[in-house]
Amino acid sequence: MKQEYIITVYSENHIGLLSRITIIFTRRKVNIESLTVSESAIKGIFKFTIVIAETRDQVMKMVGQIDKQIDVLKAFYHTNDEMIYQEIALYKVRTESLYDSDTVEKMVRKAGARILEITREFVIIEKTGHKDETQALFEELNQFKVMQFIRSGRVALTRDPIERLSEFLKERDIFLDSQNK
Amino acid sequence: MTNKRIPGSEAVILSLIEEGVDIIFGYPGGAMIPIYDSLYDYSDKIKHILTRHEQGLVHAADGYARVTGKPGVCFATSGPGATNLVTGIANAMLDSIPMVCFTGQVGSSLLGTDAFQESDLIGITMPITKWSYQVTKPEEIPEAVAKAFYIAKTGRPGPVLLDITKDAQIAMLDWKYEKCTKIRSYVPELPVDITHVKEAVQIIDEAKKPLLLLGQGVIIGSAENELKEFIEKTGIPAAWTLLGLSALPTEHPLNVGMLGMHGNYGPNLLTNEADVIIAVGMRFDDRVTGKVSTYAKKAKIIHLEIDPAEINKIVKADVAILGNSKKSLQLLTERVKENSHDAWIKEFKKCDDIEFEKVIEKDIHPTKPGLTMGEIVRMASEKTNHEAILVSDVGQHQMINARYFKFKHSRSHVSSGGLGTMGFGLPASMGAQMGQPDRTVFSVSGDGGFQMTIQELGTIEQNKLPIKIIILNNNFLGMVRQWQQLFFEKRYSFTKLHNPDFIMIAKGYGIEGNKVSKREDLDAAMQKMIDHDGPYVLEVTIEKEDNVFPMIPAGASVSDVMLEA
Repeated sequence: MKQEYIITVYSENHIGLLSRITIIFTRRKVNIESLTVSESAIKGIFKFTIVIAETRDQVMKMVGQIDKQIDVLKAFYHTNDEMIYQEIALYKVRTESLYDSDTVEKMVRKAGARILEITREFVIIEKTGHKDETQALFEELNQFKVMQFIRSGRVALTRDPIERLSEFLKERDIFLDSQNK
Repeated sequence: MTNKRIPGSEAVILSLIEEGVDIIFGYPGGAMIPIYDSLYDYSDKIKHILTRHEQGLVHAADGYARVTGKPGVCFATSGPGATNLVTGIANAMLDSIPMVCFTGQVGSSLLGTDAFQESDLIGITMPITKWSYQVTKPEEIPEAVAKAFYIAKTGRPGPVLLDITKDAQIAMLDWKYEKCTKIRSYVPELPVDITHVKEAVQIIDEAKKPLLLLGQGVIIGSAENELKEFIEKTGIPAAWTLLGLSALPTEHPLNVGMLGMHGNYGPNLLTNEADVIIAVGMRFDDRVTGKVSTYAKKAKIIHLEIDPAEINKIVKADVAILGNSKKSLQLLTERVKENSHDAWIKEFKKCDDIEFEKVIEKDIHPTKPGLTMGEIVRMASEKTNHEAILVSDVGQHQMINARYFKFKHSRSHVSSGGLGTMGFGLPASMGAQMGQPDRTVFSVSGDGGFQMTIQELGTIEQNKLPIKIIILNNNFLGMVRQWQQLFFEKRYSFTKLHNPDFIMIAKGYGIEGNKVSKREDLDAAMQKMIDHDGPYVLEVTIEKEDNVFPMIPAGASVSDVMLEA
């Protein structure tokens, strides 16, 4: 059965690695629903968060192929339930639509969104949440014609109390040194 | 090491010397001229083989790597030189061949400008290299080369590419070299987990009909002796994959032959009777498994494998033993009980008898007038006392080679398994001969594949490589024709070839040759070729429409193996 999985990849910061990872999906004709890459808590190590909808078997195989890339430190996969995740969305609406009634203001309050910037012409609203939530706000605001809309890729954390990356790096180092003896 | 100032180009050559490289397969060009200029100063330390086409050099490096176990080293220039390597790199990737390719690149200021002879080789080769890196600064060269060799030859080996911009070749650096011994993001092999070994031992000890499948991992891991000790202690019959050939002597009493689409009858048929399958260093290629959903359903699967991504990729393992096959086999042999499986092995013998009567007898002792590939290949093997190295091209003859050539020593069979690259054979035989200069090397090709890299006759002559080149000529692209005959109502769509006079071409290159069409002339012609001091081309006209059997039709189960059409 296909379902959404979050693949997390820790890697060295090497040019071309993004491409090496994405071709693992394209080769199998698997669509990437969302992709976020940024530096992790440890300088020089980058974290990829990739969302795909696939079967567990296929996900396991692809994660195996990602893990095998030389510059990848470690790759994991989780179901949505196993992680806490968010996306961020920005909406641009006409400032006039706030003057005419308090509907927009109510929508923003109800959705737990916030207003980032107000100019004479437009207002930028920001909302973080799951895709269905940011999408719901879009549908509501669109009564007033959303002028522009953007949603980010997903960021996600496991429910582990600590990020184990630095321990992992230490263990890896000790392991590799022991292999060389 | 003193910190002398040298150009990047010289650093490339010195790095190769540090890595113990003594032979490069290459072809110069604009973006490689500085490196070639530095090579000129070190030609007493490193041999360079100039091929006639970049595809020739990359396959030669591949053949060299297969017979020696050392990484093959390739030089090619930017743009077309580099793109001509692509087939050979893909070939090396699918067959896990250690290889380090150096490509020249336009100057770093020109990258991405569509400059003359610029192609994005890093981008093009990403899916077909184990690792690749673009060097744009001279001081990156020693570390990049050290990493490249370390990655190419450790763990599951594979091709690695370094793309070096021309300015990085020309600019100066302080020379200092350190070998790479670890990369924190790369675990070449995991230590063998003893709990999995123990689980496997229990299954093996209880097995009634165990079958071992040996792949190239045995050869790569230099585990030939460990394998032999394991099967001799347990009495378990062993079947080899195409790339596992020669890991065990052909005549070993527990060797039950080849798996796969054109493998032997017994090991294919009995895969589906086995109660335990021990797969060592093989990856359940679709040509081995046939229809996976009906493959080895009665068997518990024990998979010994170095690459974690291969576990459960095709066939689910009941026990997976990760790590180097040399160590895993040792640990298993120490713990398994001595055993024998005579009744089970008799079932293989029964199959062998059936196959001999239905297929082999006709192939090697034909009564019809047309020469068969089987009798020629077997004769080559016998006349060299099964001591020779056999290099195949791709097609019908490749399967016949694998079936009828016999081996006494490991690393004696060179064949493009995963990619099935026509044109591989002749250039790969050059590398094999250079890697094993004292052994007889046969290059056996069909008339189709031979013409894909025929120009390498020039390289063979220039380097006086004494390769025994056999062309099995049926004026057809035989394997495709066979499928057309069996599955497409004999509609021979574009598989017929009008061929040149191969012997005249050989002579044009200064290579001796002879053409044989009659059985009574074959023995003397073969002997003449083997005795000839230097390269020799023997063209044999063979039966036009012979087929390779047994055959597992595409998509069928291994137990549906056909002995005749």
